[in-house]
This record gives sequence, C-alpha cells and structure tokens, in this order.
Amino acid sequence: MKSPNRAPGTSSKKSQEKGALYKVLPLLILAALFLLGGLLMSQAALAQEQMLPEEAEALEAEEGDEEDSEVSGRIFGGEVSGYVAGELRVFPETAAYAGQKGEFLSFSGQPEFYRAWEDGRQSFTLIPFFRLDPQDDDRTHADLRELTWMQVGERWELRLGVRRLFWGVTESRHLVDVINQTDAVEGLDGEDKLGQPMVNLALIRDWGTLDLLWLPWFRERTFAGPKGRPRPGLMVDHDRSRYASSSEERHQDWAIRWSHAIGAVDLGISHFQGTSRDPLFLTEMYTTGQVVLVPYYDQIRQTGLDLQFTDEAWLWKLEVLSRRGEFDGRRTEAVGGFEYSMVGIFESDADMGLIAEYLFDDRGDASTQPFDNDLMVGMRLTMNDTQSTDAVIGTIIDLEDGTMAWTLEGSRRLGESWKLTLEGRAYLDPPTSDPIYTYRRDHLLSLEIARYF
Amino acid sequence: MYRTMTRIEHPALMIPMINRLGAALLVATVLLVAPVDVGAVTPEEKGLAIAQEAEKRDTGFGDTTSKMVMVLKNRHGDKSTRNMRMKILEVHGDGDKSMSIFDRPRDIKGTAMLTHSHPLKSDDQWMYLPALKRVKRISSRNKSGPFMGSEFAFEDLGSQEIEKYTYRWLRDASLNGRDCFVVERRPAYKYSGYTRQVSWMDKAMYQPLKVDYYDRKNTLLKTQIFEGYKQYLGQYWRPDSMSMVNHQTHKSTTLNWKDYKFKVGLEDRDFDRNSLKRAR
Repeated sequence: MKSPNRAPGTSSKKSQEKGALYKVLPLLILAALFLLGGLLMSQAALAQEQMLPEEAEALEAEEGDEEDSEVSGRIFGGEVSGYVAGELRVFPETAAYAGQKGEFLSFSGQPEFYRAWEDGRQSFTLIPFFRLDPQDDDRTHADLRELTWMQVGERWELRLGVRRLFWGVTESRHLVDVINQTDAVEGLDGEDKLGQPMVNLALIRDWGTLDLLWLPWFRERTFAGPKGRPRPGLMVDHDRSRYASSSEERHQDWAIRWSHAIGAVDLGISHFQGTSRDPLFLTEMYTTGQVVLVPYYDQIRQTGLDLQFTDEAWLWKLEVLSRRGEFDGRRTEAVGGFEYSMVGIFESDADMGLIAEYLFDDRGDASTQPFDNDLMVGMRLTMNDTQSTDAVIGTIIDLEDGTMAWTLEGSRRLGESWKLTLEGRAYLDPPTSDPIYTYRRDHLLSLEIARYF
Repeated sequence: MYRTMTRIEHPALMIPMINRLGAALLVATVLLVAPVDVGAVTPEEKGLAIAQEAEKRDTGFGDTTSKMVMVLKNRHGDKSTRNMRMKILEVHGDGDKSMSIFDRPRDIKGTAMLTHSHPLKSDDQWMYLPALKRVKRISSRNKSGPFMGSEFAFEDLGSQEIEKYTYRWLRDASLNGRDCFVVERRPAYKYSGYTRQVSWMDKAMYQPLKVDYYDRKNTLLKTQIFEGYKQYLGQYWRPDSMSMVNHQTHKSTTLNWKDYKFKVGLEDRDFDRNSLKRAR
C-alpha cells in the first residue's frame, strides 16, 4: 500500500493517487478563462478610448518598445513579470515520524500579468502560484494568489476577484490580519496567504478610508502530508474538515475596516464576521484505529485594532483582537512593542533595528496557539549595499516554561535578477506541555534561489 | 469706461489696488537688487536671498512625473542599475509629497515609497512591500543612509525646503565657463550626515551645477555634478543627469532622468496610502 499511515476508504486517497495534477488542473483552467476575459475587457476598453485606431496603434507600439527595453516583458499590452525558484529544506535532526526524510528539494513559481488602462484608473492583475514538492504530495499545490479587476474613482476604489491583502503593524504575530487563509505549507512565518475571493469597496474620505468587504467563498488551510515536515504528531485529515455553519465553505463572510493616518499615528479598526481562518482540531479515529486531527472551522465575530506611533527612530506598535466563536467562546489576544532603528552602525552604511514585542492571550494555558505570555526579541540588519543584503534574527520566549522558538531570515540579491534567501527555525527545550513540543525535531534550514523575470 | 472711472475713484476700492502695485514693485526691486547688491548685505543674507530666489523661480510647477535610471559603479567599475518612476506634488506651506515606484531590480519590482516631507519636523514615510501586500510606516530617522545602495543619501534626494538649511554666500566663481554663486549651506534638520555642503549655483538658471558634501568630520566626502539642464514650461530647469562620486570609497552613482512631465493633474489623492498600494 502506498501510504500505510492512512486508513483505506478516506477521501484523502483520491488526491494522493491522482497527485498534483488533480489539484492544479481546475485552477489552471480557471486562470486561463479569467486571463482571456481580462484581456478581452481591457482590449475593448482600449479600443473605445482611442478614437483613431492608427493613433492608438502608434501609441501602443511606441510605449511597448520603450517598456520592453527598460522594464519588463509585455504580452497583450500588459506587463509580465514574476519568478521561478528552487528551494532546499534541510532538517538536521532525525525525523520524529516514520517516512519523513531530512532533505526536501522543491520548486515554485509565481508569474504575474498586469494590465492597466484608462490612465491607470482600471487594471487587471493575474498572479498564479505553484509549488512542486516531490516528497510531499500535500505541499505540491497551485493557487490563484490574485485575479483582480480594479477600478479607481475620485473618492473610492473597487476591487473584484481573488486577492490577498494585509492588515496590521507588528512583526512577531499578525493578529488582525484575518481576511486571507494561511498557505501553511509554504513559508514558515505564516505570511504566505491563499487568494481570497472578494468584493472590496474602499471609500476614501477626509476622515480616513473605509473598506467594505464581502467574502463569498472560504478557503481551507493547507497542511503538510504524512511525509512532510514540519507537521504535528497526528496527521491532519483536511478532507474531513468540519464547519460550524451548515453552508460550510459557502458561508457568506463580511468585514469592515476603517483606517487613517493622523500625524505620527497610523490607526486601523476592523470587524470580521464569518468563518474563522484559524481552525480548531478535533481528534477522530478511523475504523483501523488510527487517530487523526480534523480541522474544525468555527463561526466567529472578531474586532481588531492596529496602531502604530512613529517617533523618529522609534516605532511603537500594538495589535489587539477580541473574538467570539460559536464553539470557542470569547477571547482577547494582543501583541505590542517597539522597533528602534540605529543608523550607520560601526561607521558603516548598515542600519540595525532592535525589536521587542510582548504576546498575550487571555486563555493562558488553555490557548489553542503557543504564544499566550511570551516575549519576542529580535534584531534586523539592513546592509544598504548594492545587493540589498538584509537579515532578521529573533526568538519568542515563553515566559512560563522558557521555551525558545528561534527564527532567522536573510536575503541577498545575486547579480541583477537572482535572489538568495536563507531561513532557519529552531525550537529549544519545549516541555511536553508546550504546543511547540510536537515540532521539537523539526529544526530546519531552508535555502531558496529565485530567478526574477 | 465710465464704470472703470467710478471704481477707481471709490476710496475703499483703491486701497487694494495700491497694495497690489506696491507688492509688485517690491518684488521687482528684490529681483533686481538681491543678486547684485553685495555691499549692503551680509554673506548669510546674500546666501539666503539666493536660495529664496532659486525657490521662487521653481515655485508653481504644480506636479511632475519622470522616469529615472540609476547606475551604480563600484571601485572596480562593475555596474548595476535600478529603474524607477517618480511623482512629485508641490505643496504650498509645507514640504512636497513624492512617490517613488521601483521597476528594477526585478526582485523589488512594485515596491513603492511615499513621502510627505516637512521643512523641519521629520517627514512622514510609508513603504509598500508587494510580496506581503503590506504598507509599512517607516522611520524617517535615516536621512544619511544610502538610497538603494547608491552614493545618494535619502537627504540628497528629498524635498529641498529653504528652512532645512542655513546659508552663507562664499564668493562668485566661474565653473565650466558659467558664472556661479558659490554658496555654503548647513543642515538645520536633525540626523544629517553632513556638516556642510558647498554648491555652485548657476547665476542664469538659479540651479546647482556642482555640490561638494562634507561629512560629520568636515572632510570632503562626495561631489555631485548636474548635467544637461533643460527648461520646461518656459520656467522650470531640470537636469538630465546627476552623478555623485564618493571620494572616500571611490564608488559612484549616476541618475539619468527622462520623460519629465509637468502639470499632469496629480492631486493629494495620488499621494495617499491607498494610491501607494496600487502604485506599480
């Protein structure tokens, strides 16, 4: 049998057997259709705009030549850019679970198509993403990061389609950033997000920006497969995902956010109502006796605040959220701290930033996430050199049991179009009671080389 | 004819007329006298008058867009290039607003920086990171740091408000056959990397042809040369290129501009955090 870890008869077999293509194909077809639609729309708009076809052609040809020579490739009057990358992940410690290896070589790519017309007041963006990981079928996946049509008015902006967006200010955790699902098999920092279908109307007024979002379709979190690393001790069977709402992923979610910059203060207040992006896990047993984790997506109402006060070298940051789940009850979480920058350290061009943030969760030990009373300290080094070398090193310390989760991220451009990224994770002394315990042997070093085009 | 007569005869209407005339005469006097009259003013007053005249001549451009290619050269002559686009909005009574959008190197394509500058208090600055879709308010403390790894510091490229410096006229001199004022200026804002700058201001254009930068130890650090000035809208002079040579590291950076456009109709709305997210 292909995967002795899994019980027969579960629907997850389907995706394993048909492999990557099964998951990638519908997305690719969808992408192709939308691409075609977008192109036709922008072509039609261009034709309408330009009264004299010869003039339009001449203009386009002229613009095209210029852009070609200096900026990026052009197709159908739009811009094409993006990257392809190879990644090597090395896990120095013996795997905790059977079938897991120590080295993972994988490939990813993220092309982008962008076309603007009507002097930039309308645009179309397409950004598909794929990852091929020969050792972890569940990490092999494709996603539509973006497929958006945008129109900009004098006092409003309308965006329709699949998109990613970011809310928040802090570095160690992103509490108020709740719109997009985390693509958890991608980066280790949770900053990689799946595209979210949405209608987003932003009203831009003197008193700030009001974003109204309608989110008609939910995206499930991605999880590593049986051979993937890092992963929890029990396998996550996401084909059995459960929802608090009977409409499951068709539950209509919505969100509203007001944001404004007032002098030295950048402020945002947001409210979200719908399916939690952050699953709880139920343990279930197969008929074979194997126990698995089943994601459970609660219905929640969440109000968030993000605040930054900028005072020359000091950035003071705070994120607070209060959330009520139908299943999970009420909770309050917060992250707050500062980043202090030092310029031209040791008589060089380099800048150094010192970061400290306190992480809080009022559920304490009952928390479903590991950072309930923790301190993050970190250092950011920006070399300000031609190759844009930078690095961030930091650790989150559990103030109760002393567990340390170390992270390292560094990158450097090679030549004009290549970029090298190094990432590291290490977990020091987690006791069995700490949620991080399950990853205790998954220290890792990841090296990625990307070619941009 | 009749109506005009009655209006002028009305005393309440005559006062503003006279004032306007007076103001016009005053402006004319300053224009004629300030650059020429050496004896009556101190070197500081003359330096300031030159800076004020330069600003006056450059006032009213409204807004401008341009494309820039930056060529960085190290001491071995290895080159690397950056492409970016710039938008500037003139703000009366405060510093200008600007947006820089990066096209190359390709790994930072779509990164954009928004600056609301202020004469003396620190600038407001936001950065857009396209990979994370994140707008970050950043510290404007870093005036002296290199811009994009180049020989230009942030403060060399920022909005040059009069209040940011104190001035002193040193002498008149000729540079490449052009008559110049040689003016020294000292930063009045915090965190500058310089003690002073000495600039050669072309007397005809009221634009710099050359600037020497002295570091915090008052040692010559860099020299900036401006070339290929062109006049736009019959008033505003802009150089086609600027080069900065670092005498201490022997590295250099050249900025080449093209496609200068003025009064394209940009507004505050084009320089807010929303526009930063879709700048690309």
